[in-house]
Amino acid sequence: MTKTISFILNGDEISCDIQDHWTLLHLLREELGLIGTKEGCGNGECGACTVIVDQLAINSCLFLAADVQGKQIQTIEGLAVHTGSLHPIQQSFVDNGGIQCGFCTPGMIMSAKALLDKNARADKEAIKHALAGNICRCTGYVQILDSVEAAGRQMAGNQGKGAAAAKDPGTITQQSMNKKAGEVIT
Amino acid sequence: MKPFTLLTPATVEEAVAMFGQHKETARYMAGGTDVIVKVKEGWMGPDYLINLKQIPGLDELHKNENTGELTIGSLVTHAMLEQSLLIRNEYPIIYDAVSNIGSLQVRNMGTIGGNLINAVPSADGAIPLIALDGTALLAGPAGERSVPVKDLFVKPYETVLTPGEILRKITIPAQAKRTGSAYIKFGRRAAMELPLIGIGVLLVVDEDLVTCTRARICLGVAGPTPRRAQKAEDLLEGKPVTATLLTEAGTLAAEESQVRDSVRGQAWHRKEMIRVQVRRMGIKCLDIINQKAQQTGRQV
Ligand SMILES: Cc1cc2nc3c(=O)[nH]c(=O)nc-3n(C[C@H](O)[C@H](O)[C@H](O)COP(=O)(O)OP(=O)(O)OC[C@H]3O[C@@H](n4cnc5c(N)ncnc54)[C@H](O)[C@@H]3O)c2cc1C
Ligand code: FES
Ligand code: FES
Repeated sequence: MTKTISFILNGDEISCDIQDHWTLLHLLREELGLIGTKEGCGNGECGACTVIVDQLAINSCLFLAADVQGKQIQTIEGLAVHTGSLHPIQQSFVDNGGIQCGFCTPGMIMSAKALLDKNARADKEAIKHALAGNICRCTGYVQILDSVEAAGRQMAGNQGKGAAAAKDPGTITQQSMNKKAGEVIT
Repeated sequence: MKPFTLLTPATVEEAVAMFGQHKETARYMAGGTDVIVKVKEGWMGPDYLINLKQIPGLDELHKNENTGELTIGSLVTHAMLEQSLLIRNEYPIIYDAVSNIGSLQVRNMGTIGGNLINAVPSADGAIPLIALDGTALLAGPAGERSVPVKDLFVKPYETVLTPGEILRKITIPAQAKRTGSAYIKFGRRAAMELPLIGIGVLLVVDEDLVTCTRARICLGVAGPTPRRAQKAEDLLEGKPVTATLLTEAGTLAAEESQVRDSVRGQAWHRKEMIRVQVRRMGIKCLDIINQKAQQTGRQV
C-alpha cells in the first residue's frame, strides 16, 4: 500500500510517498538517492546501513520506512557542513587511518555519532560496546576505535591526553556500565 | 521483500480485532528484528503486518514501590532495559542478559516481547524472566489471561499463545531480601552471536547470608525451550551455599539438560560449561548479596 509520510531528514523537513514494505534503507538509497548509507548483509548483521533515528542508532535494513513518520533521521550525508568542512568524527577517521575501502565507514561513523552525542568522553570499552554491531571487512578495528576516541576528545572540547578523560567520573560510570564489553570486537 | 500492508492499531483491542479479520494472513510486528529478516528471506510472507509499536503504554517500565512489583511492557526494547538504572542495580540478571543481545542497533529496535514470543531455545531475554518468576499477561479474542513465563514455551518457535493473542506485559513479583542474580551468555564472543549456552542463576539466602532459601537455575540452548534445572535448584535449597555445593548443582543441571551437538558446539562442551558456569554465577550471586549486606550494614 502507498502512503505519504513526513519526517525530518538531516535537519530538513521532507514528505514523500512510500510503500508499506519499503525499508528505511530502500527509501534512502533507491528513492531519495542518498547512497552514503550502505547495504551489506541486509539482515542486521553488519551495521553498514546504520543511521540515527531520534538519537538512536538502528539498522535501516530492518527498519520500515513507514515507521519514520514524525521522526528525526540523521544519515552520513548530514554530517559535513555545507561549506565543506567535515564533522569531527569524519575528520578523525581521515586523520587516524580509520578508513580503508570505506564501505563500513558511514555505518561506523553513525554508530560513533549516536554514542558521542550522548557521551563524548566514552572510553574504549564503551566505544567497543557501541560499535560491536559494525563489521569492517578490511579489519582495521584498532584505527577505527582510535578514530572514535580521538573524535570524542575533540567533541568534549578536551584537547588533553586520554588520561585526563579516564579520570573523569562520567567516564568511570560508563566504564563499569560496559565492563563486559571487552568481549566484543577483535 | 514481498509486499505487505502495514496496519497500525492504536490499542491492543484494535490489534486483536485486525488479526481476527485477516487471520493467518496477518502477523504481529514489534521491533521487527526477527519478522523483517524472515520476510526478506522468504521464510514467511504475511499479507498484513500489524505494527504494535504505535500502541501507547506497551513500552512501560516501572516498579511499584508499594508492592515491589516490576512491570515490563512487551514493547520495551533491550536497550531501554540495558540503560535503566533500576534494572542495573536491582535486577542484574536482566542487565547481564540484555546488554549482549545482538548489537546496540538490534537492541535499540528489538523488544523483550518479541524475544519471548519468538521462542528460540537461545532467547537471552527469557532466562532472567523465568529466574525472576515472571508472569506474562496475554490479551486475545477471548479476553485476558496470565501465564508464568516458564510455561510460555512449547517447542522452538512455538508458544502457548493462541492465534491473535498479544503479549501485553511481564510482571515480576517483589524480590525477597538478600537476593542475588546473574546471567552469562557463554560463547566465542557475546555480541552478534547466539550463545553456546545461556546460564542464569538466582539465589535467595537466609539472614545468616549462606543458607539458601530459594534457588533458580535457568538454562538457554540446553533443550528445545528455555528451561529451569529443578533438580539442581532442589539440591541448593535449604543448604548452606558453598563452591562445592554449587559445583554439585552445576553437575546436576548439566545432567538434566538436553544439550545437543550443533554447528556452534558439542554437547559435552555445553555440559562442561553448564557445570562451571552454574558455580561461577552462583558465586556472583553471593557476592552481590554480600555487597548489598555490607552497604546496608546487614540491615537488608
Ligand atoms: C543481528 C541480530 C542479532 C540478534 N542477536 C540476538 C541475541 O544475541 N540474542 C537473542 O535472544 N536474540 C537475538 N536476535 C533476535 C531478535 O533480535 C530478538 O529475539 C528480539 O528481541 C526480537 O524482538 P522484536 O521486537 O524485534 O521481534 P519481532 O521481529 O517484531 O517479532 C518476533 C516474533 O514475536 C511476535 N511478537 C512480537 N511482539 C509480540 C507481542 N507483543 N505479542 C505477540 N506476539 C508478538 C511476532 O509476531 C514475531 O513472530 C538477533 C537478531 C538479529 C537480527
Ligand atoms: S545491511 Fe543492515 S546490518 Fe547489514
Ligand atoms: S574499511 Fe573496508 S570494510 Fe571497513
